[in-house]
Amino acid sequence: MTATALKHTVSTDTWQPLCTKADLVAFSGVAAWLNTSEGPAQVAIFYLPRQRSQGQEKELYALDHFDPFSNANVIARGIIGDVKGSSVVASPLYKQHFRLEDGQCLEDENIKLRTWKVAFRGEEVWVEG
Amino acid sequence: MSTQKLATPEQLIIIGNGMVGHHLVEQLVDNAALERYQVTVFGEERHRAYDRVHLSEYFSGRDADSLALCEADYYATSGVELRTSEAVIEIDRNSQEVVTEQGRYPYDRLVLATGSFPFVPPIPGNDRDGCLVYRTLDDLDAIQAAAENATTGVVVGGGLLGLEAANALRGLNLDTAVVEFASRLMPMQVDNEGGELLREKIAALGVQVLTERATQRIEPGETSRLRMVFQDDKVLETDLIVFSAGIRPQDTLARECGLDIGERGGVVVDNQCLTSDPAILAIGEVALWNQSIFGLVAPGYQMAKAAFSTLTEGDTQFGGADMSTKLKLLGVDVGSIGDAHGNQNPGARMFRYLDPIKQEYRKLVVSSDGKKLLGAMLVGNNSVYDTLLQYYSNGIELPDEPASLILPQSSGAAPTLGPGALPETAMICSCHNVTKGNICTAIDGDATDLANVKGATKASTGCGGCTALLKSVVDHELEARGVEVDKSICEHFAHTRQELYDIVRVEGIKTFSELIEKHGNQDTHCLGCDICKPAVASILASCFNEPITDAAHIPLQDTNDTFMANMQKNGTYSVVPRVAGGEITPDKLIVLGEVAKKYSLYSKVTGGQRIDLFGARLEDLPDIWGELIAAGFETGHAYGKSLRTVKSCVGSTWCRYGVQDSVGMAIQLENRYKGLRSPHKIKFGVSGCTRECAEAQSKDIGIIATENGWNLYVCGNGGMRPRHAELFATDLDDEQLYRTIDRFLMFYVRTADRLQRTSVWRENLDGGLEYLKEVILEDSLGINSELERQMQHVVDSYQCEWANAISDPDKLKRFRSFVNDDRPDPSIIMTSERGQLRPA
Ligand code: SRM
Ligand SMILES: Cc1cc2nc3c(=O)[nH]c(=O)nc-3n(C[C@H](O)[C@H](O)[C@H](O)COP(=O)(O)OP(=O)(O)OC[C@H]3O[C@@H](n4cnc5c(N)ncnc54)[C@H](O)[C@@H]3O)c2cc1C
Ligand code: SF4
Ligand code: FES
Repeated sequence: MTATALKHTVSTDTWQPLCTKADLVAFSGVAAWLNTSEGPAQVAIFYLPRQRSQGQEKELYALDHFDPFSNANVIARGIIGDVKGSSVVASPLYKQHFRLEDGQCLEDENIKLRTWKVAFRGEEVWVEG
Repeated sequence: MSTQKLATPEQLIIIGNGMVGHHLVEQLVDNAALERYQVTVFGEERHRAYDRVHLSEYFSGRDADSLALCEADYYATSGVELRTSEAVIEIDRNSQEVVTEQGRYPYDRLVLATGSFPFVPPIPGNDRDGCLVYRTLDDLDAIQAAAENATTGVVVGGGLLGLEAANALRGLNLDTAVVEFASRLMPMQVDNEGGELLREKIAALGVQVLTERATQRIEPGETSRLRMVFQDDKVLETDLIVFSAGIRPQDTLARECGLDIGERGGVVVDNQCLTSDPAILAIGEVALWNQSIFGLVAPGYQMAKAAFSTLTEGDTQFGGADMSTKLKLLGVDVGSIGDAHGNQNPGARMFRYLDPIKQEYRKLVVSSDGKKLLGAMLVGNNSVYDTLLQYYSNGIELPDEPASLILPQSSGAAPTLGPGALPETAMICSCHNVTKGNICTAIDGDATDLANVKGATKASTGCGGCTALLKSVVDHELEARGVEVDKSICEHFAHTRQELYDIVRVEGIKTFSELIEKHGNQDTHCLGCDICKPAVASILASCFNEPITDAAHIPLQDTNDTFMANMQKNGTYSVVPRVAGGEITPDKLIVLGEVAKKYSLYSKVTGGQRIDLFGARLEDLPDIWGELIAAGFETGHAYGKSLRTVKSCVGSTWCRYGVQDSVGMAIQLENRYKGLRSPHKIKFGVSGCTRECAEAQSKDIGIIATENGWNLYVCGNGGMRPRHAELFATDLDDEQLYRTIDRFLMFYVRTADRLQRTSVWRENLDGGLEYLKEVILEDSLGINSELERQMQHVVDSYQCEWANAISDPDKLKRFRSFVNDDRPDPSIIMTSERGQLRPA
């Protein structure tokens, strides 16, 4: 399982509902299963509600739950923050930072988590698998 | 030699090619003064200038060449004429000429650098074969030759050089004795106590020490070559005798040509090193300045610089020098600083420390107001010498308890003086007259490392005694300039943890978002980061003690605090219930076993006297805790920066030695402080007697029972850099113990940096333990009642975080591995080992 393998998603509509807004934890992450073209994947979904009110970026992010440094599925349990201008999550095990926007690891340019498109549809959280 | 010079140079003659005379030549060569002066140096010895300070190394393998102060062709290539083995026998001041057996040499300026000669007491028979002195390479050759068919040797004189000579005789395999006229060894440097200690140490090395012995005469011996007869007709037979009874300035030439001479010898000089004849200068051990002869090389070098300045119309003067010395004699450290006897300063106060077992003696001479160090004496251990010397030579104000400077380290004393505390004028290298200010100038120039600083200032290229100090000063200064020390906690706050703590308390701010809105940096996003968020969470918890699982605090926590368990390397968690004081009932033990079995948890007894259950899946945590809480357990905060465990020994209840109920006290304390969030984790230990089975002195808070109550130790640490806790207060009753710990812990919570254990906090605390005692025990800041109130609030508002979480369905939602699936994470794979599961 490599986190660096970026695959083009199929253009057919693969958006799926994963959970509801009530399942999310503000300014933190939860993990969910997602069906992708390559099979089921664990995604970490982060919810940053204030971002939009400040006219900034997005309020939902979906990244790999898998931490390539520890080989454990723990990314959703990391701390959210912003470092040098980008929103990031810090791995709870060895504290590397990953950019929420594109999954890029700030400590190692060769490591990048997969990311998925994610959005609210009403109260539901939809992700493009 | 220098026949090509156009203008007629002035003739400069230097008599004496010893250490100081040579230093003057170096000054002349380095500063291009040879354009002006044609320099001729006369040396009585065969050898060119050599390092007399390290003369004894001649016996341990160094030869004349390696002791020499310069390369063999240094003088020739520099254009200075060196005439060795040519003693000056007369100075003719009328014709301005010096006379040797080889001829007469005219001078315009003359420098006397003739040093001194060993004093041989006027004892009949002192010129017999086998009677020797210890000053030059030739003397050492003579001693070596005499030792060849000898078995015993005696040194007359138990001073500094005498002991060095004794060591040399011992090294030549002679049975050695030291005969001292005074009642103790090194009478100049040490007092009776120190002398006694020194005698014991030296006797233990097999050197016989005879004090209060005045030699009457020296006769041919019966069993050995010589026999010494003392005042009471006692005798001592020996094959050779080395006189080392002091030195006398070699001032014969000056005397004979009518220069002013001191009453007890020495050529009188002024600050410019000029003698009573302005054409003639004197430097080094021959010169008498302000009634003093300086028998050390560093003052001699300073005189050489002053003389150079006088010869070139500069304005450097000699203003006296410090005679403090640090030596290792026969392997024994001896140090003497300033007025070591305390007899030059009426009203001075003395502190003495004597350890008869380690054989160490230290004495401080302190001004009557207790603020300044006037002198010090060290025997057996010179480790505090450098620090004391800085206090002395820079007039730095002493700590409130000066005695702490000479007490042994383990009692938490002797704070070393950091390089930062030294003033600009602090002398770092006395050989080359380099101050801290000079070093800073060099660094501000372009010296970027130690080697460059050495090159630029010459510091530490003389006797080498300042090497360690120089390095610490250079490191400190480079650091101070290199990376600017930014105390901000992270990019989101331009504040330290302490400042944030004060802001939170003073303004009553209860959430992270309010804090970052009001006090965060404007130009960064407002999310915070994994540095400031947990730090602020800890501050908020210390101040208000709201459950860390409340919605506003959840995003701030590390995963361990979020899930109230410690994440392991495979993403599972460990479960550590509190077992206060390490005391646990059989029933509770059984519950732990049952829960571990049911949820397949690996079980281990921890180093903190409790049981850790590893490998719990996220979604199982609430059920596991449900069962534990039902059985009367509560969270152990193994995940938090908070009180961990209070380790106890079994104490008076069972142990035949115990004097108090250490388990009872440990449980009391653990229950009192459990749940206190702090800058880093806190550990306690309580032992029932001084045998210390609970290892309390390695804990942040250590308590040891006494007959009368409890002794409190603080700021110990195991872990990466172990540190012994320091005794803080003695014989406290229970109530006093709680109050003192309340204040201590709250003060730590208030002032420590993030992730700073009490040990590191203490080491960085200005004023050290004394200051801490003033604040906590004497209420010098007037904050104690407030600290106690704050602690009481934390104690009163305690609730088990796990009990709180499992009673709240909203909080429990957080403990799902996946929000859209109840199945456990299939990638967590276990294997078994020694009958238990572990990560595969
Ligand atoms: C479980 C245990 C080892 C054991 O199997 O015995 C342990 C395990 C860990 N220790 Fe420890 N320490 C354990 C006793 C100790 C002790 C012994 C003691 O407490 O008497 C020490 C030395 C004493 C001291 O702290 O002064 C100790 C010094 C450390 C240190 C170094 C601290 C320091 O100041 O130098 C760390 C690292 C840190 O905290 O930054 C550490 C960190 C850790 C961490 C939290 C490392 C981590 O981040 O994963 C380990 C996680 C435990 C877990 O998942 O539950 N552990 N650790 C012990 C739990 C005690 C308890 O019941 O709570
Ligand atoms: C064994 C020993 C250990 C020491 N340890 C230390 C120590 O640890 N720390 C310290 O600071 N100091 C120490 N000293 C003292 C230090 O060596 C002297 O302070 C220093 O050498 C003084 O230098 P100087 O040039 O004044 O005298 P010297 O080095 O004695 O040089 C004087 C020179 O002048 C020559 N001379 C004399 N008369 C004439 C003449 N008429 N014509 C031509 N030449 C003449 C002498 O032969 C001699 O070579 C020690 C000394 C000894 C002997
Ligand atoms: S410290 Fe003293 S009381 Fe406690 S177990 Fe050891 S010997 Fe017994
Ligand atoms: S003090 Fe001697 S080299 Fe610096």
